[in-house]
Order: sequence, then C-alpha cells, then structure tokens
Amino acid sequence: MEIKDIVKEENLVYKKTSLMTNKPLSYCPGCGHGTAHRIIMEVIEEMDAQAETIGIAPVGCSVLAYEFMNIDMIQAAHGRAPAVATGVKRTWPEKFVFTYQGDGDLAAIGTAETIHACNRGEFITIIFINNGIYGMTGGQMAPTTLQGMKTSTSPYGRNLSMMGNPLKITELIAQLPGTYFVSRQAVHTPAAVRKAKKAIQKAFDVQKEKKGLSFVEIVSNCNSGWKLPPVKANQWMVDNMFPFYPLGDIKVDGELIQKA
Amino acid sequence: MGELKLMKGNEAIAEAAIRAGVDAYFGYPITPQSEVLEYLMQEQPEERTGMVVLQAESELAAINMVYGAASAGKKVLTTSSSPGISLYQEGISYIAGAELPCVIANVVRGGPGLGTIQPSQADYFQTVKGGGHGDYKLFTLAPSSVQEMADFVGLGFEVAYKYRTPVMILTDGMIGQMMEKVELQEQKPRWTAEDIKGLHDKWATTGKTTDRERNIITSLNLESAVQEKHNHHLQAKYRQMENEEVRYETFNVEDAEYLIVAYGSSARIAQKTISLARAKGIKVGLLRPITLFPFPVKPLAGLVPQLKGILSVELSAGQMVEDVKLAVECKVRVEHYGRFGGMIHSPEEVLTAFEQKFIGG
Repeated sequence: MEIKDIVKEENLVYKKTSLMTNKPLSYCPGCGHGTAHRIIMEVIEEMDAQAETIGIAPVGCSVLAYEFMNIDMIQAAHGRAPAVATGVKRTWPEKFVFTYQGDGDLAAIGTAETIHACNRGEFITIIFINNGIYGMTGGQMAPTTLQGMKTSTSPYGRNLSMMGNPLKITELIAQLPGTYFVSRQAVHTPAAVRKAKKAIQKAFDVQKEKKGLSFVEIVSNCNSGWKLPPVKANQWMVDNMFPFYPLGDIKVDGELIQKA
Repeated sequence: MGELKLMKGNEAIAEAAIRAGVDAYFGYPITPQSEVLEYLMQEQPEERTGMVVLQAESELAAINMVYGAASAGKKVLTTSSSPGISLYQEGISYIAGAELPCVIANVVRGGPGLGTIQPSQADYFQTVKGGGHGDYKLFTLAPSSVQEMADFVGLGFEVAYKYRTPVMILTDGMIGQMMEKVELQEQKPRWTAEDIKGLHDKWATTGKTTDRERNIITSLNLESAVQEKHNHHLQAKYRQMENEEVRYETFNVEDAEYLIVAYGSSARIAQKTISLARAKGIKVGLLRPITLFPFPVKPLAGLVPQLKGILSVELSAGQMVEDVKLAVECKVRVEHYGRFGGMIHSPEEVLTAFEQKFIGG
C-alpha cells in the first residue's frame, strides 16, 4: 500500500485550515507557535470571518506571522500592537481585530500599550505567547523569565534582587474593568490544544459581542532558547512554568474566577 | 465663499480635519498644540461626521494608532509638538517604510530636551533630514498663516494618498496659538467602506475577500536585496515629489539684489523686514518655501544671477540655511540669522542683522 492509496477523501479525518498558507513555518521544530497559529486560523475559518479579520503581529519570533496566516495582516513595531489594533478597531468597529504578541513585546516594551488597551476595554483580542524568553534575538531574559532561569542575559539564573521579579501581566490586566475574558492556556498536548482553541473561540465571541477586551495567554515552550530538546522542553514547562503561570480561566464574563 | 471664522491655528487644523472627511484623530496632550485635541473633543466630530477622536496614553501609542488606522485605509491625522514628535519618530519611520498615508502636524517649540513652550523652528533637521531611522523623506508643508493651517490639512491628505506617504505639517507655537480669520472649506463626506475598497483595495488591510490576495502592511524585508529594491522604490517617489510637488511663494523679488529665505512664522516677520528695508532703499525680496521637502531648489537657484547675498532667517541656530547653500551651490554669499530657544526675532532685529552682514560688512 502506498501513501496515495491512503490519502483519499473517505479517509480524511483532519485537514489543514485554508487560512494557513502553504509556506513552511520558520519556527524551530517543537515550538508552540505553529500550533497557536493554526488554532487561531481554525477559529476564524469556522466563524467564516476571513474577510472580516485583521491580525497584527509585532516584533518577535512571530513577526513573520503574516507569511503563514492567510488573512490581512499588519506588522507592528516592538510593543505597539495594541495601539495599532486600537487604530484599526476604532475605525472599523465591525471587524475582528487581534494581536499576536510575545512576552518581551507585550510585558516589557509594550506594557503601557497593553495595559491601556485593556483598560480602555478595546473590543480586540490579544493572544499572548509566553515562553519566558526572548526567542528571536537569541534567548535573552524576558519579563516573564522565572526566578533562577538561565538565559543569555541572566547566565547565572534570574536573580530577583538584581533583575526584578517575573511579571504576571495576565493576572494584572485581569484586574482592569476593561477586560471581559482572560484565560491562560497551553498547546503542549492534544487536550491542551482543544482547551486553548475553545478559549480563543470564546475570546472572539466576546469581541463580537463588544463586551470588552479578550485576552488569551498561551504558555509555550522555547526549546532553542531553553536549550532543551522539544519533549524535555515541554516537560520543563509543565514542571516549572505551570506552577508559576497556572493554566485556566482567570476572568470570565467580566468576573474574576475565585480560587479556593 | 466658505464660512469665515476667527480661529487659533491649532483649532483651524482640527476644524479643517473634520471638514476634510478625516476618519480619525489620535493624539496626546502637549503644549503648544493641545487645542487640537481639546477642540475635537469639544466639537464631538463623531456626531458630525463619524470621525473618531481618541486621547492615547502616550505619543508612542498615538503614532501607532495612526499606523493601524492608516493600514486599514482610513484617513488619519495626528498632531504633537517637538518632544512628542521625537517620540513619534520610530512610528514615522515605520509609516514611511510601510508606505502609509497620513498627516502629522508638529507645532514646534523650543528645544533641545524639554526646552520651552514658546515657538521655534529648530525641528527642521528632524523633519526634512530624517528624524527616524532609515532612508526616507517626509513631504513637509510649512504654513505661515491660520488659513494655511486649515488648507494644508486637505492638501496634506491629497499628497499623502497620491504617493502613499506620510505628510508633515511643520508649524510652530506662534502660528498654532495666534488667531486669524480663516475661510473654511465645505464639509466633505468621509469615505464609505465601498469607497475604501474601490480606492485602496490593492494594499489596505480591511479583511481578505475572495476577490483578492491578502494584503500585508509591513516594513520588514529579511532579504537585503529586496529591501534595497524597496528603498529604490521609495527614492523614486521622493524624486517624483521633487519634480511635481515643490511649492513656494515670492515677494518683491523682481528687482531684488538681496534675498531673505524664510518659512512659516519667520516668513511673516521677514515680510515686515522687507518693507522696512525697502523704505531705506535697500532692494530685498523674500522667497518663502512652502514645501520644505521638496525644497524649492530651482526657484532659488534661478534668482542667483541677480543677487548679492541671501539671508536665511529661521527661529533656530541655522538649519534650513544648509539647504539654501546647497541650492545656490555657493555661487552667492549665504548667511543665517535667527533667535532661538523660544525667542522670536523682531523685523527690526532681522533688518539689523541683514545690514550688518551685507551692507555695513
């Protein structure tokens, strides 16, 4: 039996969304970006919203997201995506507008834009990929780098007294009245992917209903930056990132989830 | 004749924007231009035309809101003053690189640093020699009256969309703050979604429809050969502007033996200087560049044979004077005069400086 005997219409249980281009992903093998891209595009495809959606990807590993997402896209300056999104959404209030930002972008250089877009309650969706490191520039310390975590600019581990604390920006923006739905997810297992996709779907629903800003953090691995093979990187993420950045909804329907 | 009103220069920009059918204004308060944002908030153009007005959290955010709205095919205006415009520079470079049309006004104040809140023309270099990173030019209009503050908003958008390029209105605290009679244009309708599709569907990110490829707004090219090609394309636009978009005005040049070159508020002051000089029998004329880029090189060079000297007058330590020297290729003596740091020269001070440099000297 050859592959052509298997790839037949009746055997298809899954296919790539048409909202991903055929361009090979430039991300490192094992990186979570590709999966995150795919589930966002699947959600937009399922909503039949390609013609209504504008995506914004600023500087970082995902600066080339426009090569892979088959929608109109704007590449933004480092940290400024929420401001760019505000400019689009305020002038096209019926369109879907989302940003796709990394941790350095969203929680360091773009902190002001993030907080103020959230606080104004812009009817946009922010997808926040948190891998605790600057991937594109070669593994420097990020605002979300964990205590003791080694990076090229914290080679002896993040020293809190010298370098400050890892920033839980998602918890921070959840406090703001402008945010309506805030969730933290991951894409390291099929179950996690399903949950993350559901959160993204809800985020777009909230945007459509003009209830407030919707925000989905995806805790992701960076095997290159963490200097671990993909499987080990995912395990390291489970063991170290998730205890500090616990998965689950943080704010639903404008109400903070009370932890027991 | 359009409606006549007595307005501040800053208010004229704001009212002209509403009437030009501008879709959005994003800005951040800074003296001496806060009246633009205040006027718009007071006027509620959302009710009049649907124009969006938003006070951003910073100049960084404001210029990137402009970037976003312009990317999506919307007519967008912002204004600021010198320290704020310094913060705009990153965004302006991106806007130029990504070829986005928009109009920006700089109501200049004295610098460097926090400087003063008084008028200045010391942002000439920042405006016409770059400002942000990379090889780009800003089409720059320099109004010298409240009327031109209003008129250049509409003209600015015409040029911005003709070339898909950012346009700067370079003015100062004097023109921004003073009140004059201004004739306002009739209300133009804002573009509809259909208009935008018809006009800008080749590039604007309004959502990918099945009848076209996706549109991408970016200033990034990882391949340097591609980026060089893109730069050549930008340079070709700037050369076209130099050929087609030069604007200037002359005053008393027909028999002039000397010339003052001055723009904006300095041109107003210099006009009085020329009357004073003429009364003393000194034949001085004025060339007022209206576009600073493209600079009126040919008109200026054309006057050289009749001239004994040129005085470049600016509210700066001498910035435009470099372009005057380049335009006349050192074929005639060029001197600079100007008060700066927020001080304004009087017509008499300009005349005294002129006489010391050219008559008595």
